[in-house]
Amino acid sequence: MEKKKLVEVKHLKKHFTIQNSGSLFKANKDILKAVDDVSFDIYEGETLGLVGESGCGKTTLGRTIMRLYDPTGGEILFEGNDISKLNTKELAPFRKDMHMIFQDPYASLNPRMTVTEIIMESMINDTDLPAEKRKERVLELLELVGLNSDHATRFPHEFSGGQRQRVGIARSLAANPKFIVCDEPISALDVSIQAQVVNLLKELQHKLGLTYLFIAHDLSMVQYISDRVGVMYLGKMVELADSDVLYSTPLHPYTEALMSAIPIPDPDVEETKRRIIVEGEVPSPINPPSGCAFNTRCPKATERCRKECPSLKEVIPGHFVACHLYEK
Amino acid sequence: MSKLLEVNNLSTSFFTKFGEVKAVNNISFDLEPGQVLAIVGESGSGKSVTSMSVMRLVAKGGKIVNGSIMFDGKDLAKLSEKEMSKIRGKEISMIFQDPMTCLNPVFTIGNQMEESLKLHFKGMTASERHTKMLDMMEKVGLSNPEERLKQYPHELSGGMRQRIMIAMSLLCGPKLLIADEPTTALDVTIQAQIMDLMRDLSEELNTAIILITHDLGVVASIADRVNVMYCGEIVESAPVKDLYYKPLHPYTWGLLKALPRLDMKENELQPIPGSTPDLLLEQKGCPFFDRCDHAMECCRDGKPPIYEVEKGHFAKCWRYHPEFKEEQ
Ligand SMILES: Nc1ncnc2c1ncn2[C@@H]1O[C@H](COP(=O)(O)OP(=O)(O)O)[C@@H](O)[C@H]1O
Ligand SMILES: Nc1ncnc2c1ncn2[C@@H]1O[C@H](COP(=O)(O)OP(=O)(O)O)[C@@H](O)[C@H]1O
Ligand code: SF4
Ligand SMILES: [Mg+2]
Ligand SMILES: [Mg+2]
Repeated sequence: MEKKKLVEVKHLKKHFTIQNSGSLFKANKDILKAVDDVSFDIYEGETLGLVGESGCGKTTLGRTIMRLYDPTGGEILFEGNDISKLNTKELAPFRKDMHMIFQDPYASLNPRMTVTEIIMESMINDTDLPAEKRKERVLELLELVGLNSDHATRFPHEFSGGQRQRVGIARSLAANPKFIVCDEPISALDVSIQAQVVNLLKELQHKLGLTYLFIAHDLSMVQYISDRVGVMYLGKMVELADSDVLYSTPLHPYTEALMSAIPIPDPDVEETKRRIIVEGEVPSPINPPSGCAFNTRCPKATERCRKECPSLKEVIPGHFVACHLYEK
Repeated sequence: MSKLLEVNNLSTSFFTKFGEVKAVNNISFDLEPGQVLAIVGESGSGKSVTSMSVMRLVAKGGKIVNGSIMFDGKDLAKLSEKEMSKIRGKEISMIFQDPMTCLNPVFTIGNQMEESLKLHFKGMTASERHTKMLDMMEKVGLSNPEERLKQYPHELSGGMRQRIMIAMSLLCGPKLLIADEPTTALDVTIQAQIMDLMRDLSEELNTAIILITHDLGVVASIADRVNVMYCGEIVESAPVKDLYYKPLHPYTWGLLKALPRLDMKENELQPIPGSTPDLLLEQKGCPFFDRCDHAMECCRDGKPPIYEVEKGHFAKCWRYHPEFKEEQ
């Protein structure tokens, strides 16, 4: 069966202008390329994971795809329609199809509203459900995320972290979206609760046919939930592959280091494992290195890597990598 | 082997306007010289309060209400503040998740490092101090140490600050280093660098380490022993391999089953249901009772004692009562 593309991202760029103190011979503005020429597709019904260290552009990419930011360049196709240049009014019909779940459910829920009001607000904005049906729908949604009618009249502070994330999920489902960007939805939760939320997301995907872009810095969790995983470094997508392939045969030297850096909860495995420790730290995105952005830390960098920026290429069917080692 | 630290029946409580919070509730553990002990558990389980009690730095409103902390023949719980300040930073030192909590932004790194040498080694000359500082900076892998000494904390990245903190904490040759979530705020590749450094240093200097973390991967990569905390109690304590391969407490079973593993595909995650109880409510029985799949009648009514099930492997659970029989 031919897989259908739900979202197509083409050469997407999001640059921020940053004020600096400036000096006599220097402009007082810097350009920060948070997302720089990123292309990939998201298929209907899949979970695409997105990993990379803090500041590499994951949130910006998610928000730009959702059109919470205006892209600096490139295209975003949603079900074949280019939404990258639409204005607020033109975007309205697409808004109900896409939603976002955030890391900190507490900060994203209005503390003065009850759970019912929170979910209804999202319904009023995004659906044309008649008023009398809305209460019923709230209860349906609460049940779907593992809460019950007792919770409907409570306020966000009366919930634990995991329950709050359930409320956040119920809210994002209110308008029957097709596509959900989950931005670090479990990072603030305890290990024992993370699995509750992740399993709930999986179950909902199964029931409702949802498509996810799942952003997290916990690679083990991303690998568990995702069909495919993309790895970002300094605003670029450096590798994209099926999630198990990415762990068993990473191609990009950065992915290789990242995978080896994740400690496995198994003392025997840790005792015998070969560690690749990359030296140094991620350079500033305001003045990224020329050529391949990873060349300053890459153990395999050559002269070419310092001059030319590699583009993302499909080197094995379904396995994309941006690295000169794999270019003829 | 003789013990470096012996904590016996330690209880630390906070007295709030809502009542007494038993943050640490009657815990006992010990540590040999050079050993790495990990303390794991969810947020709020009492990990930090345990270490702050050992350092005698319990926050305002809190107090050690019972127990002894024997270190090198002295009971830290009974020392005066003056006696304790001779031990703190010299015999026992500590690093935190956020190095900025201990670095003073208005002094250079050099000033701050030198302060502790001046305090604890009165006879040392300025040039001896300088040599010692440079030596330690090199040990923790900081390049251009001369330069670094002249810098201010804000001029350094998070990873470098944590290296500085480690250098500072090891400067006076402590017998015990307490590291409270030292890598939680860092990216995985930097975490890998810091953990690598801690492994090397613990071997080279034979410093005992108490490592507090919620990451069971990190624990597997460095610890000799593990204490699992839940609601202010140590519910299991074991040599590292026994904890992973022969866990005894239902909470530990739950934690290990809720964790995804990067090196294994499709191990279905089993979340622990519910969330931790409110510490303000009096726990008559086992604190894990409402979340435990194995709970029995007796678990509700009485706190289980701690059983030494195998030599050096302790579990606080009624399943290890001599008369317990598994139901068929
Ligand atoms: N609104 C903004 N204005 C200016 N810079 C921003 C803004 N949002 C993000 N950035 C910068 O863009 C880069 C990418 O950030 P972000 O997308 O949040 O990364 P991630 O989610 O991967 O941690 C960072 O350097 C960040 O400081
Ligand atoms: N300053 C304080 N005042 C009141 N309660 C506190 C204070 N510090 C910690 N606690 C309580 O003590 C318990 C244990 O906290 P802590 O040791 O910090 O947990 P963790 O395992 O996350 O490090 C928590 O329930 C917390 O609410
Ligand atoms: S004492 Fe009872 S409730 Fe507590 S962990 Fe053991 S079996 Fe479960
Ligand atoms: Mg982010
Ligand atoms: Mg803590």
